[in-house]
Amino acid sequence: MQNDKLIIGGQEFHSRFILGSGKYSMKLIEAAIRDAGAEIITLAVRRANTKEQENILDYIPEGITLLPNTSGARNAEEAVRIARLARELGCGNFVKIEIMRDSKYLLPDNQETIRATEILAKEGFVVMPYMYPDLNSARDMVNAGAATIMPLASPIGSNKGLATREFIQILIDEIDLPIIVDAGIGRPSQACEAMEMGAAAIMANTALATAGDLPMMASAFRQAIEAGRKAYLSGLGRVLTRGASASDPLTGFLRD
Amino acid sequence: MVKVNGQELDIAGKTVSAYLATTDYDPKRIAVERNGDIVWKSQYDVTVLEDGDSVEIVSFVGGG
Repeated sequence: MQNDKLIIGGQEFHSRFILGSGKYSMKLIEAAIRDAGAEIITLAVRRANTKEQENILDYIPEGITLLPNTSGARNAEEAVRIARLARELGCGNFVKIEIMRDSKYLLPDNQETIRATEILAKEGFVVMPYMYPDLNSARDMVNAGAATIMPLASPIGSNKGLATREFIQILIDEIDLPIIVDAGIGRPSQACEAMEMGAAAIMANTALATAGDLPMMASAFRQAIEAGRKAYLSGLGRVLTRGASASDPLTGFLRD
Repeated sequence: MVKVNGQELDIAGKTVSAYLATTDYDPKRIAVERNGDIVWKSQYDVTVLEDGDSVEIVSFVGGG
């Protein structure tokens, strides 16, 4: 496990838990990062408020990799624009592409995401596209220069878990990039299951932001993700199609 | 007039630096875009805002 690293854009990570920073107090961020053991945290880009006294960057410890998203983008051009602004904010070249045309279900637009991936990868960004789990789109994103693929488990913020389980499994089996399950993971057990399936990492925000005790939930997710990773690496035991198989010796019974 | 983050301001003729100096923005925490193109920090002193320009000033906020 010591040598088990997640490599994104040439950078090595030991944590497989990508933490969101939305919908909770900046004052909780440091504790959340610590208890999650996270090394990557997502951020959004918005119009600056002149009267804003504090900035979220003041609450993020040194050494944490920032992953700005392009939320608010409705097409590839808007995503590219937001990504460039994020890079100009001076915190590296990672970007999570997030393009939505629909405000009810917040589903990602795979076609526009592929276009934005191509443009930004050529500009030297480490591109992590958030997408609807579709193998053909994922292959196009790989060819466009994506560093990871981030399929959704269920609609953003829903906490509904692995609704797209079968399709994420196909991506894990067929795509030769880290598959990071993003959106919809609501419970540690769901994160654990995705890791057992072979996901490279889990991204979560709402599951923590809506939990009763955020840092404790961050810690629970951390343990679940680590447990799932270990289970995956150790190789899950087989499942019988029918019948049973005794765990105990079938000889030496006391009855004879 | 110059549109800054959607608001019309009477700052045409000022440089980006001069305008920022009149605000509470922390220059280390913002990025500036003018008519769709990034204004690099090194260009703040020499970029003069013109009538009709559209400027966006952004920073990081919490997000997923």
